[in-house]
Amino acid sequence: METKKENKLLLSVRDLTVNYETKDETVHAVNGVSFDLNYGESIGLVGETGAGKTTIARSILRILPTPPAKLVRGEVTFDGHNLYQISEEEMRQIRGGRISMVFQDPMTALNPVKRVGWQIAEGIRYHEGLDQKQADEKAVEMLKLVGISPDRFREYPHQFSGGMKQRVVLAIALACNPDLLIADEPTSALDVTIQAQVLEMIEDLQRHRNTAMIMITHDFGVVAKSCNKVAVVYAGEIIEYGAIEQVFERPMHPYTVGLFGAIPNLTTDVDRLTPIPGAPPDPTDLPGGCKFLPRCPHATEQCKRPVPAYTMADGHQCRCNLYADEAKPVAAAQAAET
Amino acid sequence: MTRYVVKRLLMMIPVLLCVAIVIFTIMYFAPGDPVALVLGDHYTEEQYIQTAAELGLDKPFFVQLGIFLRDTFLRLDFGTSYVLKTDVATELMARLPRTVIIATVCCLLQIVIAIPLGIAAATHQNGAVDKLCVGLAMFGISVPGFWIGMLMILLFSLKLGWLPSSGVQHWYSYIMPCVANSLMGVGGMTRMTRSQMLEVIRSDYVVTARAKGVPERSILYSHALPNALIPIVTYIGTHFGRSLGGTVVIETVFGIPGIGYYIMSAVNNRDYPIVRGGVTLLALLFCLVVLAVDILYAYIDPRIKAQYENSGRKKKPRTPPKAKKEAAANG
Amino acid sequence: MAKTDGSTVVLREPLPDNRTWRDGTLGTVICQFTRNKTALVGLIIILALVLMAIFAPLLAPYDYAVIDPINANQSPSAEHWFGTDAYGRDILSRIIYGARYSLSLGVLASLFGTCVGVIFGAIAGYCGGQVENLILRICDIIQSIPNTLLCIVVSVTLGNGFLPTIIALSLYSIPEVVRILRANLLSLREQEFVEACRAINCSNLRILVSHLLPNSLSPLIVSFSLGIGMKIMSSAGLSFLGLGIQEPIAEWGAMIAGGRAQLRYAPHVLIFPGIFVALTVMAFNIVGDGMRDALDPKLRR
Repeated sequence: METKKENKLLLSVRDLTVNYETKDETVHAVNGVSFDLNYGESIGLVGETGAGKTTIARSILRILPTPPAKLVRGEVTFDGHNLYQISEEEMRQIRGGRISMVFQDPMTALNPVKRVGWQIAEGIRYHEGLDQKQADEKAVEMLKLVGISPDRFREYPHQFSGGMKQRVVLAIALACNPDLLIADEPTSALDVTIQAQVLEMIEDLQRHRNTAMIMITHDFGVVAKSCNKVAVVYAGEIIEYGAIEQVFERPMHPYTVGLFGAIPNLTTDVDRLTPIPGAPPDPTDLPGGCKFLPRCPHATEQCKRPVPAYTMADGHQCRCNLYADEAKPVAAAQAAET
Repeated sequence: MTRYVVKRLLMMIPVLLCVAIVIFTIMYFAPGDPVALVLGDHYTEEQYIQTAAELGLDKPFFVQLGIFLRDTFLRLDFGTSYVLKTDVATELMARLPRTVIIATVCCLLQIVIAIPLGIAAATHQNGAVDKLCVGLAMFGISVPGFWIGMLMILLFSLKLGWLPSSGVQHWYSYIMPCVANSLMGVGGMTRMTRSQMLEVIRSDYVVTARAKGVPERSILYSHALPNALIPIVTYIGTHFGRSLGGTVVIETVFGIPGIGYYIMSAVNNRDYPIVRGGVTLLALLFCLVVLAVDILYAYIDPRIKAQYENSGRKKKPRTPPKAKKEAAANG
Repeated sequence: MAKTDGSTVVLREPLPDNRTWRDGTLGTVICQFTRNKTALVGLIIILALVLMAIFAPLLAPYDYAVIDPINANQSPSAEHWFGTDAYGRDILSRIIYGARYSLSLGVLASLFGTCVGVIFGAIAGYCGGQVENLILRICDIIQSIPNTLLCIVVSVTLGNGFLPTIIALSLYSIPEVVRILRANLLSLREQEFVEACRAINCSNLRILVSHLLPNSLSPLIVSFSLGIGMKIMSSAGLSFLGLGIQEPIAEWGAMIAGGRAQLRYAPHVLIFPGIFVALTVMAFNIVGDGMRDALDPKLRR
């Protein structure tokens, strides 16, 4: 059954555009993001803080605070359902049941006045129609699964360390066997040693249960370890998108290239890491063309106009005019096909 | 937990002692001569000296203070009223229930009216319901209760004749005093509940609950409300404690022989034993209410309970560090 | 901005949320405040009341203290807009003059309470240890006496003048200010910028005066402005009980008390002063709310 699902489309995000609108200003957080995810696959969304990764994740779950957040256009299709056309009640069934989320900061993600066991069992009760006792049993199972002793079922979050809390959050997320797990920087608030443990656990469980995953991170190492696809997010756009090997072996967009230039390499002797000059653009006032234009060493006049996503022969996508020529034959072939 | 309560009870003793000393000292230096007030307009030098000796007012300050503290704290004897010659403790106990009734009913009105209003306002932030609730709350905290009380007397007693304008003969005598007295508390607590709920609704664990697929109603009542309750409970507690002594004005308006009214008239008569005894008693009640509120915390918030028990099993519980949310950076 | 971390790269560390109350210059605060329509209405009401108090002799149609028994307890009419009281005094004139007392009492009592509270709160925050403990215990003691009674007792002891009333009214807010300031100092002390100051060898006093206190200003301003309304209400209550400012001075609370006796046949005597108390308190509360919204960036989102 699993093999059958392997190449089936699970999630499709098309032209997702989200603004945060207040009286004073409009923050263009996400600008036309599109990507696909099959069953069991995992994609890494990489980008700086403020690039719009979390907003993408939360708009998939439809848990953005509205207002100020506003879905300007685009659609999110999950297993054939357009998530922005179903009712709130249907969406509630999907949240936590078929799509679940692990949050960035385990310190604040758990309700401080509720026992951890109760918090794990709560989702199970709502999604699997179990009574409290059965749900508790399943919650104990989940605790064991994430490596926490069942004696701690009745304890409160403040009695757990950060890493343990993140495991509890993970247990909550995986309790109902979701098809898609969204992990929003699940390790960035943890100590380095704990980071590795938690990450390992997420990967293990994800592979074992064949759960699709969106891993949000600003750490290429995490992506390399746990994802098969990667999307580089910059100023609310996916500027480069491809299989993990493609992007790591041949980073195309100057931004991605720049990022890799900022990673120390153990094999070659580099005196100095090269940071990318400048800062990300102000999301309230984005440049009209390429968002990376002010920082780009290859900028041309053409870049002042909106840049489409060019697709290479191997499916590797990139939003940079440098690759327009390389993409031309592919686009022609596609046009001929249709 | 028991250890904590005992410790708190013991800590109350110095506070009460100080309250007693402070109130004794203030009244000692208050202008006006109680002896002269007791004797009336005509008295001889001899009578004066005799009365002063009877009341114990001829002794030096520290001796008087010592006697007062000994009687109050060791013998639990609040003394005898200078003017009325009645036992202060008995009188206080006879009047206390009336004040407690008003304070309790006000407290209940706050819980029943203000919490739902505050929640409704927070869940419809900036909507019409919110504006209405905020407006009502603003009205509540801005309008003097004693003035509304008199307007109510005008309407319900004098014009319509539905309710008695004063006294405590019937249970319905308490309706107007309680309503008038609770305005401020209801208004204040509506505002408090609203702002607390707004803060809690934005917290990460509410997002977690939402991402778990918990229905909005349950998010509100089983995730948000318990976390918002702590300051609300504090507010109820302190307000209840204060109403015990703060109903003076309302008691005056409605002619209720409560403890505040009793102390108030004693202040005017320089009837020291009543003032000292009454204030000390009210301070004791206030401390007890505050302690009760602190104990209640432990049942709402396990972190506070852990703090009380101070078991040292895990590291000291702290309030969660101010976490940077990426969402906040985004918007 | 890149930080190396083993073989992985962290693009940019999330910045710590250092936004404190003083998140913005005076200009942005004023800008925020003026955008709040309700608060502006409150401010306009206050300004009108202040002007009314200043120009009372010009505005008042009659002398506020002239007794005219023939015209006692008259209902509102063209001559006496708000009617007359039991002594035949014009209520409108008395309300106009009364604004002087209510406003100055409210503002001064709140200011006095805040200043004394700040002094003790700063001492507690600066010294810490035993001194802090002592100050907090004193606060406990003051707060365990019911505030109305404390007010009454102090007012009786000090007498019925203007200054004694200010002290009686402000006494209760001192512990509150101490606690607000101390709580704020405690949380500020944990923040990195204070550590940075320590690292460059700033003295404690310097840190307190030039870093901690300015950063604690906003909650104090809010507590001050919300306190004014409370003080006006308490002063009306005190005068109503026959303490504080008294007859023949036109104080709104005393005027309400004066109307009690003829509630049945001349309710206007207490209705109009009450409306003014409520209006004034409400205006100050609205402005206080506006200040809080403008000063606290956390609430702005």
